Amino acid sequence: MHNGKLSPFLKGALVVGFLFLYVPILSLIVYSFNASKLVTVWGGFSLRWYASLFENEQILSAVWLSVRIALAAAAAAVVLGTIAGLVLARFKRFPGSTLFAGMITAPMVMPEVITGLSMLLLFISLQQLIGVPTERGFFTIWVGHTTLCMAYVAVVVRSRLVEMDKNLEDAAMDLGAKPLKIFFVITLPLIAPAIASGFLLSVTLSLDDLVTTAFLSGPGSTTLPQVIFSKVRLGLNPEINALATITVLVVGSFVVLANYFMLNAQRKRDRAIAEAMRADAPKLPDVPLESLGRPGRA
Amino acid sequence: MKDAVASAQLPAKEAGQQAYLKIAGVVKKFGDHTAVDHVDLEIHQHEIFALLGSSGCGKSTLLRMLAGMETPTAGKILLDGQDITRLAPYNRPINMMFQSYALFPHMSVEQNIAFGLKQDGLPKDEISARVSEMLELVQMKKYATRKPYQLSGGQQQRVALARSLAKRPKLLLLDEPLGALDKKLRQQTQLELVNTLEKVGVTCIMVTHDQEEAMTMATRIGIMSEGQLLQVGTPSQIYDYPNCRFTAEFIGETNLFGGAVAVDEADRVEIDAPELGGRISIGHGITGPKGMEVWASVRPEDIRVDIRPVEPGPNRARGKVREIAYLGSYSVYHVQLGSGKVVKAMVPANRWYEAGETEPTWDDEVWISWRDDMPVVLTA
Repeated sequence: MHNGKLSPFLKGALVVGFLFLYVPILSLIVYSFNASKLVTVWGGFSLRWYASLFENEQILSAVWLSVRIALAAAAAAVVLGTIAGLVLARFKRFPGSTLFAGMITAPMVMPEVITGLSMLLLFISLQQLIGVPTERGFFTIWVGHTTLCMAYVAVVVRSRLVEMDKNLEDAAMDLGAKPLKIFFVITLPLIAPAIASGFLLSVTLSLDDLVTTAFLSGPGSTTLPQVIFSKVRLGLNPEINALATITVLVVGSFVVLANYFMLNAQRKRDRAIAEAMRADAPKLPDVPLESLGRPGRA
Repeated sequence: MKDAVASAQLPAKEAGQQAYLKIAGVVKKFGDHTAVDHVDLEIHQHEIFALLGSSGCGKSTLLRMLAGMETPTAGKILLDGQDITRLAPYNRPINMMFQSYALFPHMSVEQNIAFGLKQDGLPKDEISARVSEMLELVQMKKYATRKPYQLSGGQQQRVALARSLAKRPKLLLLDEPLGALDKKLRQQTQLELVNTLEKVGVTCIMVTHDQEEAMTMATRIGIMSEGQLLQVGTPSQIYDYPNCRFTAEFIGETNLFGGAVAVDEADRVEIDAPELGGRISIGHGITGPKGMEVWASVRPEDIRVDIRPVEPGPNRARGKVREIAYLGSYSVYHVQLGSGKVVKAMVPANRWYEAGETEPTWDDEVWISWRDDMPVVLTA
């Protein structure tokens, strides 16, 4: 491995691993173009399931609801999570700070069944006490997803802040900027990449979530994962294959593009750093050896 | 060389001036730990002052209190007659160059330099005039639109300097100004930095643990240890007349001999030094009773090494060569005396050649001696 060649065993492991990951997805893509209604029987190439997918009101409204919830939950999670991350990273240790930090990340480790159930109980008792929320739907799902996603954003933002040079904020203050201004002009731009990845992570988590949603959704508010799940329970469905293929395509191209741009930016940056390092080099030989007064060397 | 008065007085050109910055009885405690312990210090306008000490001596805390990042537990700080002890950092006419430079990575060189001016709400054309003046000063005009990561360490340092000078602060603070550069670049940059600071004429306090940096750059040095300011003086005052053992050992190298005062006359002191196995004679009086425990500090370069016996008397001893460190223009001999004490002596490379003698080597017997105007008596 050290000479850059893979041993037969590692090669085998690699192939098996990739097969394990991608054969199911490939078969899904292939069968989405199947003309036959029977999922397991190949009946020739066809796009009919894509056509019927775009006529299926139920699926389309579920997609629209999921996207709206994902964006709204991600937006809220980013605001709350950034604040939480800031507190976790910047405040001095106080009694109970470890407990506080642990509690913020609880939704990440708590079984979703518990989170969903407890939120459902909360909403029901709130409805009895103050009359809001009147029904379960967009609002309740949004609150549930925000809780879940906020924890992830807090962790991402916190680790970025811990990495960041605290002196940058001190320097801004030294140069006359007040704390609030420093946050918006220095801190926020520097943690923006972390906030962005927190946002994307939240969107993904929310789009994908089934368990918490199941507890918090009501009649008339069915998210995409719920639709897929309920359809598949009634038997394999080629329309769902088509939907899944589109999803894979969107996610896949997004990942490839993001990687490409990140790699490019990193290469550019590395080149600039290497070039900058050379700028110091020509000035180095500043003390000729003779001037050290080394004696007796004819 | 050693005919100046041993007290830490101001450099001549500063004499008669009013203190520009006055630090009076400043204390900083973190819980039970006293980081800065009753520091009194006066700095004059246009001075470059270096606070020198090892890490954890309180010098950085003192600097942060000047910048306003920390508030003193007790004491006062006055700048140009104004009490700034409790002034917020963003309201102080003081700017700081950080050790890590703390350049804003998402801003270009120009934007970094302009940052402080923008906070003051200066008009746009004045900001751009001031920025280009600063770029000119540090010779970074070519790089105005670059981001910090596109600059070398030396260039980053110059941008950081320009940024901290842009607001024309009354006081400039430098935190280990060249600590992030490698050694060769550092030596060259030291003089460049001093030239720039003198051109601007800004009053300047720097913090460093590098004595060479302090001696090269500063007009005066303050030695700090365990939160206390031990000695303040010009580099030569501090080197030639340390006032305590810590300073003597911290600045340069020295040999310390403990002993009791045996003879104390107006023009002569003799100390019984058991480690030397004889007496140390010093050609000036001290104020202290006979029998007082004192230390004599003798610099390695003031010690003469002979391969032939010297006449008996004070300020000399016989020993064996234990180590020789060849350093080019000179060598450092580690000579072990009869008491076991190892004395370091610096011997010029041409010493043996000029005397027509063979160079001593390991385990050779040698005699060390020094003139009676060389040692410094330390009472603390």
